[in-house]
Amino acid sequence: MKEMASRMIVFEDVSKFYGEILGVNRVSLSIAPGITSLVGPNGAGKTTLMNLMTGLLRPTRGRISILGISPDEPEELFRRVGYCSQFDSFPRGVTGREFVEMYLTVHGYGKKEADALTMKALERVGLADAAGKKVGAYSKGMRQRVRLAQSVAHNPSVLILDEPLNGLDPMARAETIRLFRQLADEGLHLVISSHILHEVDMMSDAVVLLNNGYVVAEGDVHGVRDEMEEHPMQILVRCDRPGRLAAHAFGQDEVVEAKIQEDRHGLFIKTRDADKFYLLLNRVVADGLISVESVTPVDDDLSAVYQYLIGSETEGSHA
Amino acid sequence: MSSRAETVVMEKTAKTSRWALWRRQIASILRLEVRKNFTGKRSILIYLLALLPVFIMAALVFVHYDDIRRDFGESSVIFANLYEGMILRTVVFFGCAWIFMNLFRGEVVDRSLHYYFLSPVRREVLVAAKYLSGLVASLLLFVTMTAICIFFIYLPLGYSGAMSHLFDGPGLNQVLTYLGITVLACVGYGAVFLVIGLFFRNPIIPAILLYGWEFINFLLPPMLKKLSVIHYLHSLTPVPINEGPFAIVTEPTSAWLTVPGLILVTAMVLLMASVRIRGMEIRYGGE
Repeated sequence: MKEMASRMIVFEDVSKFYGEILGVNRVSLSIAPGITSLVGPNGAGKTTLMNLMTGLLRPTRGRISILGISPDEPEELFRRVGYCSQFDSFPRGVTGREFVEMYLTVHGYGKKEADALTMKALERVGLADAAGKKVGAYSKGMRQRVRLAQSVAHNPSVLILDEPLNGLDPMARAETIRLFRQLADEGLHLVISSHILHEVDMMSDAVVLLNNGYVVAEGDVHGVRDEMEEHPMQILVRCDRPGRLAAHAFGQDEVVEAKIQEDRHGLFIKTRDADKFYLLLNRVVADGLISVESVTPVDDDLSAVYQYLIGSETEGSHA
Repeated sequence: MSSRAETVVMEKTAKTSRWALWRRQIASILRLEVRKNFTGKRSILIYLLALLPVFIMAALVFVHYDDIRRDFGESSVIFANLYEGMILRTVVFFGCAWIFMNLFRGEVVDRSLHYYFLSPVRREVLVAAKYLSGLVASLLLFVTMTAICIFFIYLPLGYSGAMSHLFDGPGLNQVLTYLGITVLACVGYGAVFLVIGLFFRNPIIPAILLYGWEFINFLLPPMLKKLSVIHYLHSLTPVPINEGPFAIVTEPTSAWLTVPGLILVTAMVLLMASVRIRGMEIRYGGE
């Protein structure tokens, strides 16, 4: 049990109140290595959870441990944890290089080692060329990247990133997501909050959906979607004889709706058991009864999960 | 070696390396903070403040050059008044307020304190390092300023006259006492202002209240007088000054009590700062 806790990020019944105002309530989570995304609208409690993990906030109730270390032990914690917060602010008058290096020296690194780690981190985020420029003269995207460099410079095992893709251009976004995937594949924990649902969907191993300070759902997106029985799974099958497929589909109790598309080359299915329907589809195709052009799960993604659990996707996309 | 002995050795090594790490971290924070306190636009104000008594002293000496040469005893009293009234109660007080209150409050205003809180450094070590950096900055500024002012008052005596007063008269003792009082003022006021910067969202108001309290110290009854920094610093001054007809005169506290007492109070205030910072949250907007 203790060994497992030393590999996980664990929240045990954690609540945080800002006076009368609720930050998060009764959060119990175990976060494994890989990319875990925190998703939810503004005020859902994403940043509060991240600040609690790093000791910037203290829980009103409950216990948190990061790889077995309490946030009250910064000396140990921040050798293994890097946090790129949302605060877009810097000490006055420093260059990108000085900014990364100054906090590495606070870690206790010597000048030479800190210098080498700084340049490596700046190269990783594509800022090596602008290392000597004052941070005050950086664009928003560059400031975001230099903060990212500062959080990864000491090679942490856990990276906590609050909206790390904010302000990045599409190219930088793609590169940064690639970097996150690479770090996750190396066995790091990455806890990321993002409001771009399709990017979260693409890069995450697991998601934690938050709303009004409560964890609404957690796990891998498809697992979460499967458990939402009140919202039958929607599947679009493009095929030559949709009527025949519909007749077979209605034989399954779990299928609640089957609608033939206007061009008579597609069938829209709503089912409570997608796996069972896919088995049926395989059988029908194998028997040569229909010929399938494509099969598309319409709402088996994070956007749909978000929409069902929290609200409209438009709202979600600004979370 | 037995396992118990091995454990003891390991614990000792861990303790030693922990102290070594704290030393390195303190040195590193010290460098960063001293740089911050001495460079940048913010520090211009503090330089101007420190230069103010130097200019006044220079002007005074320039105008009364011959008078000072004629009657150095009277000049010593004038210097004592200037030292206590202006250097100690105004320049060192407000200079320390500016330097030490900004150590934490300035970073909260700049929204950059979280970078320290996200570093593997104990918050108590951070308090110690920041306090030391404030101390280095204030001592360099205000001890130098006091020394330059003393240099000006000795200027009319010429080299031989000054040497004679310093080494054959009371001069050296007085000079060292003035410099020592400035050091103690930075030590004491520094700790008080660091804590004020940690506890108050707007530290200017408590700083002004403290200034008022220190300012009216000469009017206070003996018991209340002792609840101030200036009372103890005043007790140490080598040349007594007349505090006016309304002053309540009390027996000065002896140096043997004053110096350790101030250091002890400073340690307690810093301990309070450490407790405060351990539970401190970063909210910036909500501060």
